[in-house]
Amino acid sequence: MSRSARLSLLLVAVFVLGGVAVGATLHAAGRAARSQHPRAGGPAVASGTVRLDDPRRALFRSMAWGPHRDEITAVPADRPDGPRTASGVRCLRFHAAAGTGICLQAVHGTLRDTYRAVVLDHRLRPLRRYDLAGTPTRARVSPSGRTVAWTVFVSGDSYAGTAFSTRTSVVGSDGRGLDANLETYALTVDGHRVHAADINVWGVTFADDTRFYATAATGGKTYLVRGDRTTRTLKALHPNVECPSLSPDGTRLAYKKRVEGADPDAPWRLYVLDLRTLRESPAGEHRNVDDQAVWRDDHTLVYSLPGDFGADLWTVPADGSGTPRRLAGAALAPVFPR
Amino acid sequence: MYLADRRAASPPAAPPGGGRAGTDRPPGRRRVTALPSTVLVLGAVSLITDISSEMVTAVLPLYLVAELGLSPLGFGVLDGVYNGVGALVRLVGGRLSDRGGGGHKAVAAVGYGLSALCKPLLLLVHSLPLIGAVLAVDRTGKGLRTAPRDAMISLAAEPAVRGRAFGVHRAMDTAGALCGPLVAFVLLRAAAEGYDAVFLVSFCVAVLGVVVLLLFVPRRVAASRGAAQWAVAAEQAPAGTRTPVRALLGRPEVRRLTGCAVLLGLTTLSDSFLYLTLQRGLELPTGWFPLLPLGTAAAFLLLAVPLGAVADRIGRRRLFLAGHLALLCAYGLLLVPPGGGAALAGAVLVLHGAFYAATDGVLAAATADAVPEDARGSGLAVVQTGQTAARFVCSLAFGAAWTAWGARTAVLTAALGLTLAAAVSAFLLRRAVPAQPPNSPSEPA
Repeated sequence: MSRSARLSLLLVAVFVLGGVAVGATLHAAGRAARSQHPRAGGPAVASGTVRLDDPRRALFRSMAWGPHRDEITAVPADRPDGPRTASGVRCLRFHAAAGTGICLQAVHGTLRDTYRAVVLDHRLRPLRRYDLAGTPTRARVSPSGRTVAWTVFVSGDSYAGTAFSTRTSVVGSDGRGLDANLETYALTVDGHRVHAADINVWGVTFADDTRFYATAATGGKTYLVRGDRTTRTLKALHPNVECPSLSPDGTRLAYKKRVEGADPDAPWRLYVLDLRTLRESPAGEHRNVDDQAVWRDDHTLVYSLPGDFGADLWTVPADGSGTPRRLAGAALAPVFPR
Repeated sequence: MYLADRRAASPPAAPPGGGRAGTDRPPGRRRVTALPSTVLVLGAVSLITDISSEMVTAVLPLYLVAELGLSPLGFGVLDGVYNGVGALVRLVGGRLSDRGGGGHKAVAAVGYGLSALCKPLLLLVHSLPLIGAVLAVDRTGKGLRTAPRDAMISLAAEPAVRGRAFGVHRAMDTAGALCGPLVAFVLLRAAAEGYDAVFLVSFCVAVLGVVVLLLFVPRRVAASRGAAQWAVAAEQAPAGTRTPVRALLGRPEVRRLTGCAVLLGLTTLSDSFLYLTLQRGLELPTGWFPLLPLGTAAAFLLLAVPLGAVADRIGRRRLFLAGHLALLCAYGLLLVPPGGGAALAGAVLVLHGAFYAATDGVLAAATADAVPEDARGSGLAVVQTGQTAARFVCSLAFGAAWTAWGARTAVLTAALGLTLAAAVSAFLLRRAVPAQPPNSPSEPA
């Protein structure tokens, strides 16, 4: 083939491929623009005042298309699929308790996006900001509202390809006592201290301001650990527990468990562990749950499953009875103020 | 370092193309030997392909978490498996491409094509294991193409400029890797949550890379004049046209080079461990963590060409060892008590980038010196796979050492091991002088 023939072919390829690339981008851009408009049949969303300490309201990140997408919205607590009041505060992950909120959000920069954690007061005003080292995934506030925790995924670098690890931080909502990386706590498994470099800790759920539960992984296994901020320790209690969530009465933990024999595409099922007996029982949800569940009260779990707009909220009794029910569409990271 | 590049371009003592040390021509008359177009085309293919693959790597965590609602942690477990498979596939790719003496382009094209096809597939799979499977196929493509591509670079370039040729290739490759995330970011800016656009554009870019390869890389990369002379001068491999790995390792120079690559690889910390140690040891702000790999890549990009040229001038093996001394200095800085902050971190990253610039392409060039043409792909694959496997063992051992003794002692042990390995390698490679090809620049004599 002559040089000019090859150059012509290259030119053709550039035009065709460029056309496809531009077309794909324009299509996505058009969809992004459309997503700024509410969709017929979707929930009504209006801006308004949102508070974190109103027990008559439930809160979540609204993922419904429209100008308020990704904002923290309030809905009537007894009717989560009802009209939404949007706060104007955008969060990827969110949690709140006793009038304190934690919001993990993206900061759109000139050359790249970065992420930060923002501690919010009861009217969603920012109190404190922390730069994050990676992509947000979990956020929790202690029952008193005085301590917050968050987890991000850190993907080290391009050479290492797809190796992700987690980093979990805990700090007082007043900004004091920052533990930037829970991996520095002393971890014991079966009474032995573990120093491995592959330790990952994620998914904190608070018992009080100093004691918490979380997942720790090392050597390819995951454990439920009990953490203590004063002694800076993590003690493994039970294997195969991810993203625990403590019941309001402090007696049980809901979590996702990797079950054997499950479809490897969907290995996680929702389980509940009794902390006194360490006996676990499955919840009445048989689909794959990759979320840190939330207790609506001492008997009911709420969690997200993939939906048409990213995620929907579902609910099921914690005692294994009943069947799952859809609570709200296009919603993520629910909070039920008490 | 650009100064070194210019000096290397007009070396008074080692003119490219004539190994007569001491030949003295006026510097003004010496010109930089132009790199053959095949090297530049292969560099362009790698640049384009890396834009494509790094676009995907950059958005993958956010795509999984924000769009699919998954947790990408499972990948960490699978990653080691992929890397092991990739190393084995590389041997297969090298071996296949040597068959018939001209299969490099075909095997490389299959490798690039396989990775390109994976990009749109990412749109169709929505669970971690399936996404993992697609990425494994992507790795297979990468493993297949690496050895034949390096073989083509080594065959196209005159032995005297091989270091620079690999330097240019690695610099173009890294430039693509740095551009990829920026392209992805611009796309996501234009279309919020436009991950499908990112994957499709990545696919188009990858296909363009394959098209450039198919159109502009000759079907059979002609051996350069100097390389042909070397082939005559060097003893032919005993096994005839097919040269199995054993016959390759029967050659003393290949054995020594592989041995040194393995030995030094056993004390080379993985990037992740280095950044982890750096972040913790120097107590850097967490916001800096994503920037650390960029620092290494930038230094690699800037230093790859000049150090490749230096390698041509002072000897590839010598520079390969010098690169490991840069790594040793980086380990040393990691052991400095906290408080150095930004300056110390910068120094570590520059040394780390210099280490890659002085060893990555340079090892390939040194391997090409030692391996006959008809086994070039296999030879490159053997040495590089040995190195990769050794680095994997190092990761396991370092993890265990960290567990047993803590990070500081583990780094100290790695530094001592590296010192020992470098000393043994210096001895072994010094002995490898008889393999001097007639047209190569002055190796340590």
